[in-house]
Amino acid sequence: MTDQQAQTPLLDAKGVSKRFGAVVALEDASLTISAGQIVALMGANGAGKSTFVKILTGALKPDTGHVRIRGTERRVGSPAEARRSGLVPVYQEPSLIPDLSIADNLRLGDTPVADFQHWVHELGIDGLHLDDMISALPLATLRILDLARALAVKPDVLLLDEMTAALPTDLVEKVLDTVRKQADAGQSVIYISHRFSEIAEICDRATVLRDGATVGDLPITPGVEEKVVELMLGAVLDKDPTRTSTAAHRPEGLPRVTVRNLAAGAKLQDVSLDLYRGEVLGVVALEGQGQDQLFDVLAGMVSPTAGTIALDGKTVSFNHPADAIAAGLSFVPGDRADGLLMERSVHENIALPQLARFAKWGAIGMKREAATVKKAIDRLQIDTRAQGEVQRLSGGNQQKVTIGRWIAAGVDTLLLFDPTRGIDVRTKRQIYLLVRELAQQGAAVLYYTSELAEVPAACDRAMVIFNGKVVDVIEAADADEQTLMRAAYGLTATAAVSA
Amino acid sequence: MTRHFLRHGWTAGLLAILALLFVFTKIIQPDFGTSGLDSLSRAMLPFAFATAAMAVVVIAGGIDLSVASMMAVAGVTAAVLMDGAGDGMTVVAVVIVLLVGLTMGAINGALIVVTRVPDIVVTLAMLYVWEGVALLILHAPGGSATPWLRELIVGPFIFPWLPRSLVFLAVCLVVVWVPLKRSKLGLSIYAIGSNDLAAYRSGVSVGRTRIAAYAVCGLFAAIGGLTLTMSTGNGEPIPGPYLMASVAAVVLGGVVLGGGKGALLGPIIAVIILRLVRMDLTLMSVDPNVTTIVEGTIMVVVVMFGGVLAYRGRHK
Repeated sequence: MTDQQAQTPLLDAKGVSKRFGAVVALEDASLTISAGQIVALMGANGAGKSTFVKILTGALKPDTGHVRIRGTERRVGSPAEARRSGLVPVYQEPSLIPDLSIADNLRLGDTPVADFQHWVHELGIDGLHLDDMISALPLATLRILDLARALAVKPDVLLLDEMTAALPTDLVEKVLDTVRKQADAGQSVIYISHRFSEIAEICDRATVLRDGATVGDLPITPGVEEKVVELMLGAVLDKDPTRTSTAAHRPEGLPRVTVRNLAAGAKLQDVSLDLYRGEVLGVVALEGQGQDQLFDVLAGMVSPTAGTIALDGKTVSFNHPADAIAAGLSFVPGDRADGLLMERSVHENIALPQLARFAKWGAIGMKREAATVKKAIDRLQIDTRAQGEVQRLSGGNQQKVTIGRWIAAGVDTLLLFDPTRGIDVRTKRQIYLLVRELAQQGAAVLYYTSELAEVPAACDRAMVIFNGKVVDVIEAADADEQTLMRAAYGLTATAAVSA
Repeated sequence: MTRHFLRHGWTAGLLAILALLFVFTKIIQPDFGTSGLDSLSRAMLPFAFATAAMAVVVIAGGIDLSVASMMAVAGVTAAVLMDGAGDGMTVVAVVIVLLVGLTMGAINGALIVVTRVPDIVVTLAMLYVWEGVALLILHAPGGSATPWLRELIVGPFIFPWLPRSLVFLAVCLVVVWVPLKRSKLGLSIYAIGSNDLAAYRSGVSVGRTRIAAYAVCGLFAAIGGLTLTMSTGNGEPIPGPYLMASVAAVVLGGVVLGGGKGALLGPIIAVIILRLVRMDLTLMSVDPNVTTIVEGTIMVVVVMFGGVLAYRGRHK
C-alpha cells in the first residue's frame, strides 16, 4: 500500500462489534480498502462474515466501532444510505423481484438503463429484452443482471458475495475480467468467495475473520492459501473429550445405505458413499457444494437425475418422505423451524412421525403413544412438561425433540443436517453423545456439519464434498480441522474418491 | 396452573364474557327465560355448524369461502328428498345429504391441491358454483322437512333450561370432532396448518390431508344446511349470511388465521357470544347499522386483548 492510499482509505471499518442477545457475532472486525483495490474477505462458517457484510452495507448498526467512507463517519445505517455513499452490494441470492420485468426492476432501484445494458452486454449476456419477466430467467443470468445493475450506478465500492457460485466457467471468467478491469480503473471491490483460485487471480489483499475479529490482513502472494487457512482456524483445539473411543468403528457386513454416482439439480454432481450400521459418517462441505441436495434425495424429497440408492443391498426409490421414513430413513433439518410444529406440544411433535410408520388412517393407540413419547422425553432429558408448546423450549431442547422423535418412531438411519447449528456448548455435547450412543446401538448416521471441530467429536469417518463431488474421505482420527478445511476448499490434490 | 390457564385461557375468557352477557341480558330483559334460550339456541345452530366447518379448514391452514353456498345445496337437497318421504326415507335422505356435503368439500380440496390455485380463489369460485347448484335443485324456497326430524331441535331436553338444539349441536360436534382429533388425520390437519414443510418431512401426505380437511368442512356445512331446513321446514336456495359470520367466530374463538392453532370449542362459544350480542342490541332497540359496528369492534378488541395477553405470557 502506498502512503497516499493509506492516508485516505475509501472505506475504513474499525473495531466493529455486534451482539445478538448473549451471542457475540462480531468482536473487533476491521477492514480497510483504498481506491482501485480488490480485497478478499475470508472466514470459516460462523466467523461473523455475514454480520460484518450487513454492517458494511448498512443493513445492521454496529454496537461499537465505526464505518468511515472517505473519512466521514456513517451514522445512520440503512442499505439505501450505504448505496448513496457509494457502497453497492451484490448478495449471494438474486435480489430482483421475480414477478416484475427487468425494466420495472431497474425503475424500482433508479438504475440507469443504458449503463445497465452496456454492462449486461460487456458481461456476455445477449438476447435479453427489458420486458422479460425475472421469474422466467435462469439463475446464472440473474446473477449477471444483479452485477450489471450494481455496476450501472458506478459505485465506489462494490461488494460481491459469492458472486461466482452459481455461474458456469465462461461467465466466471467474464466476471473476473470485468471486476479486475474496474479495479484498474479505480473502483474498489470487496470480494467474498470460497474459491482460492479466483482470489489468487484477482485480489490484492485478503482480510481474514475468525470468531468475530479480524485476525489478519495479508497481501496475496503464491502459497498464501496455507496461511489463510491457518488464520481462519486459529490455534488448533484439543480433541473433544466427549469422544468415547478414538479407534474408528470398523464397518462390517452389508452397508445400510449404498449410494452410487448420485446427481441431482445443478449442484450435486457425482457422489458415492457406503454408510454402515453402527457408524457416524460425517459430511464436510462449504456452503452450497451439493450437500443439501444429497440429503434431500436420501430423504425422499427430491428425485435424483442420475445414480442409485440401495438399502441393505436392495435398490430403492422414494417418491415421498413417507417412503423414506417407512424404509427407516429420516431427515433431521438443521433449521428446527423446518422440522417441528412450533405451536404444537412436544407430545404431538414426537407422535407425528410415528403415524407415517405405524398408524393407518384410524385412531392412534393412546397408551402406546403416551408410553413411547414418555420414553423419548426421558431418554433425551428434555427439560419440559410435555404439554407445552415446542416454541417455548430452548433451542437445544428443540433440537433434541427433532432428533428424538425419530428414535421414538424406531427409525434406524438418521440424516442429520447440521444438527448443532446455533445451540449452546453443553447441549452440543449432549447431542454428540446421543449420536454416538445411537450408533453404538446399531443406527447408521449421516452427519453433515458446518463446524469442522465436530467431526472428530461425533464422527467415525468424514467425507468431503467440493463442487458436488466427493473429494476425500478421512478417518476421524486424522480429521483435524486443518486437513478438513484444506479438503473443503478443494486444496487437496486427491482426485474423486468413493467413500 | 399458569401454564394450564394459558392453554385454555382463551376459552375460559370467552366463557366469562358469555356469562357476563347472560347476566346483562337478564338485566335488560327480566323475562328472558327458557323459551328465549330455546329460540336463541335454534337461531344459532346454522351459524355454529358454519363456524365448525370454517374452523377445520382454518386449522389446516386454509379457508373456505363457499361454506354458506354448500349449506344452501345441502339444505335444498334435504328439503327435496324429504318432501313427502316416510320415516325410513328420511334417514336415507339425511345420509345422502351428509355424503353430498363430504363430496362438495372434497371437490373444493381436490381443486386446491391439484390445480395449486390459492384456496381463497378456488373457494370463491366454488361459492358461485354451489350457489348455482342449489338454485338448479330448487329455484325457489320449497320442499319440506319430516316432522320427527324437525322436533329434534325444538323444545327442551330433560331439563327445562336445556334446549334440544344445543344437545343436537353438542352431539354432532362430539361425534365428528372427538374421533377426528384422536386420529392420524386430526393430528395431520394440525400439522399441515402449523408447518406444511415439517409435516411433509415427517411423512404426512399434505395433499391428501388438505382434501380430507375440506371434506370435513363440507360435512359440517351439510349438517348446517340440514339444520336450516329442519328449523324452517323448507329448503332455501339462496345462501344465508353465514360466511363472514363464521370467519368472525373462528377468529374470535381463538383459531389463528394461518393455521395450526385452536380447536372447536372456542369458536362455538364465540358464535353464541356474537348471537347474544346481536339479540341484546335488538332488545335495546339499537339501530341495526350500529349493531354491526359493535360486533366488529368487539372482534378487534378481543383479538387484540388476547394477543397482548399471549405476548405477556411469553415474555414473563
